[in-house]
Amino acid sequence: MNIQKILNILTLLTGAIAVTVISLWIGKQSYSWLPPQAAAESVLIDDLISFLVTLGAFIFLGVTSTLMYSVIFHRAVKDDFTDGPSIEGNITLEVVWTAIPILLVLWIAGYSYQVYEKMGIQGPSEIVHLHNPLGMESAYAEAKDAPALAEPVEKIDVLAKQWAWVFHYPERDVTSTELHLPSDRRIRLALRSQDVLHGFYIPAFRLKQDIIPNHAIDFEFTPIRPGKYSLTDSQYSGTYFATMQANVIVESPEDYQQWLAKIATQKPSPAKNQAAAEYAQTSHQSVQTGWVTVPPAAPPLVNSPG
Amino acid sequence: MTNVPIEGMLLPNEKPNHESPGNWKEYFSFSTDHKVIGIQYLVTSFFFFLVGGIFAMVMRGELMTPESDLVDRTVYNGMFTMHGTVMLFLWTFPSLVGFANYLVPLMIGARDMAFPRLNAVAFWMVPVVGIIMMGSFFIPGGPAQAGWWSYPPVSLQNPTGNLINGQVLWLLAVAISGVSSIMGAVNFVTTIVKMRAPGMGFFRMPLFVWAVFSAQIIQLFGLPALTAGAVMLLLDLTVGTAFFDPAKGGNPVMFEHYFWFYSHPAVYVIILPIFGIFSEIFPVYSRKPLFGYKVVAVSSILIAIVSGIVWVHHMYVSGTPGWMRLIFMLTTMFVSVPTGIKVFAWVATIWGGKLRLNTPMLFALGGLIMFVFAGITGIMLSSVPVDVHVNNTYFVVGHFHYVLYGTVTMGLYAAIYHWFPKMTGRMYSESWGKIHFWLAFIGTNLNFLPMHPLGLQGMLRRVASYAPEYQFWNVIASLGGFLLGISTLPFIFNMVISWMQGEKAPDNPWRAIGLEWMVSSPPPVENFEEIPIIISEPYGYGKSEPLTANLSNHNPD
Ligand code: HEM
Ligand SMILES: [Cu+2]
Ligand SMILES: [Cu+2]
Repeated sequence: MNIQKILNILTLLTGAIAVTVISLWIGKQSYSWLPPQAAAESVLIDDLISFLVTLGAFIFLGVTSTLMYSVIFHRAVKDDFTDGPSIEGNITLEVVWTAIPILLVLWIAGYSYQVYEKMGIQGPSEIVHLHNPLGMESAYAEAKDAPALAEPVEKIDVLAKQWAWVFHYPERDVTSTELHLPSDRRIRLALRSQDVLHGFYIPAFRLKQDIIPNHAIDFEFTPIRPGKYSLTDSQYSGTYFATMQANVIVESPEDYQQWLAKIATQKPSPAKNQAAAEYAQTSHQSVQTGWVTVPPAAPPLVNSPG
Repeated sequence: MTNVPIEGMLLPNEKPNHESPGNWKEYFSFSTDHKVIGIQYLVTSFFFFLVGGIFAMVMRGELMTPESDLVDRTVYNGMFTMHGTVMLFLWTFPSLVGFANYLVPLMIGARDMAFPRLNAVAFWMVPVVGIIMMGSFFIPGGPAQAGWWSYPPVSLQNPTGNLINGQVLWLLAVAISGVSSIMGAVNFVTTIVKMRAPGMGFFRMPLFVWAVFSAQIIQLFGLPALTAGAVMLLLDLTVGTAFFDPAKGGNPVMFEHYFWFYSHPAVYVIILPIFGIFSEIFPVYSRKPLFGYKVVAVSSILIAIVSGIVWVHHMYVSGTPGWMRLIFMLTTMFVSVPTGIKVFAWVATIWGGKLRLNTPMLFALGGLIMFVFAGITGIMLSSVPVDVHVNNTYFVVGHFHYVLYGTVTMGLYAAIYHWFPKMTGRMYSESWGKIHFWLAFIGTNLNFLPMHPLGLQGMLRRVASYAPEYQFWNVIASLGGFLLGISTLPFIFNMVISWMQGEKAPDNPWRAIGLEWMVSSPPPVENFEEIPIIISEPYGYGKSEPLTANLSNHNPD
């Protein structure tokens, strides 16, 4: 075996090890690119993202370093217009290269399927009447190693309209523009829209679901980290789309109960609403056209205007 | 009987016109020469690229600060709607059709397209689409503001109460553009099936032709769905039918299905010809045959087929039940198999070649690298749990701009530089080309890479204002965006000056193998004095076989 060949193999090996190590490191970094993990589901999703980032980094670095190697070492000398080796194909290599993506796809799909199943977020299953084949185990059980069935469920109604969120707590029949959630409990939302498509999205929970007029969509998850987060509208809903935000407060079940009890004593009053405020006021933008817009819905009357 | 000459008609005793279109006025006329039409498409679409670019600059200007303070929210919404629409329907589609028009007949050894007049009519619809789109800025209420998806019910809300409103004009323009595309598709498919030179079997066709063929077949099966959806939406909007209006019992999710059934495959209508361009360029500047030619050819058809069963990945978090989410996750991920085959073939083509880093090669390499990146984020998006988090955030915007700017626009630039000597008979300036490449490459990454962390953090797309913690990456992205705006200047400068007074180009400046390089630069009106007879596969670099039996083959040396 000649020296050149051994050197080539060594170069290749070092390269492969370097790419692997760097990819693993990038995969670890990916957690820091994400918001805090405030729901049990977010833990599962972040692991999946980290896995995909590792794999992706490996592929990306592999391809680019091969290309860069060629660009640096396989340049034609000036005025040399002769051809390179006339290699047209290599059946073994082509078969291997088709098998690799197929196996990767099956791996990624299998892992994604598992995560999705554990999340058990529900969603609009009633639109097509088919038995949902997925066991609805919850992500909470996964995160805390606790039996899923023991989880108590908290039901809350969510109403979206242009451009405001209203939360209704059937247990006490009270409403609010702030979403309060007891931590470590399974939450079941019934999502409804009054006018156009909206999207329920809490980045800290990694969870999102479009809301479709004329359909009540069930949506389930388990908050695990007390704190204040934001809920945004994720499906473009017209002029004041960007202002359609609400606070999400995750607190202990006791604090949650106290809050419910407190607002139950308050009289409904109109909530603050940015879209309505902007609509009423002449705006300060430097470029104004005065194009007419859909007027915002009246500010909601709620027990807790936030 | 005397022959009464009709303008533009060839009389039997006249010789066919073998002059090149020397007169610039020809480009403003109803010409039926596929090459003139090709250039008409290219120049028109580049004009709209600049228009769409200006809208992008306004958006990036607005997003420099968290508050909505540069333009009204209505203006911002009109901007992203028109930016997306113009970039897709008036830049990428027409410019790729322009290249296909110019190159396909030359590459398959035909004198023109199968239906030259239909071809010209299809082109002239593009300026009409542009005029209607731009005209919508001047009507009360302004242009459409519902995004290029135009999802109802937002697209059905018409606060002006006028019958002529931005959304109606938008739908009209998109419908005309669809008609033009169908005309083009019929023409391309017929031309490729019927008009190949003798000896050019399917497996002797250049890969660009394969790619155009696959892409145009998608147009034939996909466009009817979009057109149906658009007409139903138009009826809902104008005469008050209730297909999609939930207030009247309609179902807006149905529109999403109609829309994406076409608009996902449309992504491949755009990207396949770019794959074709890569496959033409890498062998020339690596001086090697394309690795795995047959597999690459077939993979285009595979992509076209699989692309028809993946559209629901745009609707995972819409009205889509769990079982459907998972089925479409699997089909979507399988698109990466034929795509991976292509990437592998290009890398293997470049590997061990004798590389020449001219401007076209730089753009193609840069485009390939950014495409690999886009492919990886694409796989992430296809995974349902990941998409549940990042759908409709800037992660998606970053992903598709790596496709649409990083790959498609870079690929188009590569193609423009590569075939510029053929089209104009003149050489472009290599140094200006390289300046253009580096500005564009840095600008693209600076502009679109920051969108990924923004999306992972949860910043939404289509917002004119955002939370202050997102400002840092937005400022970087905006600076990258302005750099991209600037990067078009050396390009325009280079093209205009070189076309007017560049060095005269030889017939085959790159010593490439391919029929288009065997005719003069620019090619004569009917391309070939005598139709060539094809006797070997394309890309015969390093082999001494000639490509044709009766045209001198410019095999290097
Ligand atoms: C200087 C270059 C560019 C910049 C700075 C830019 C910037 C943007 C921005 C800020 C958005 C809004 C994202 C959102 O909120 O949804 C957007 C959307 C979009 N862009 Fe670009 N873009 C550029 C080039 C392109 C190109 C070349 C294409 C296509 C070939 C393209 C296609 C689109 C599409 C389809 C949308 C979606 C519009 C919608 O949401 O309705 N962009 N772009
Ligand atoms: Cu909304
Ligand atoms: Cu798609």
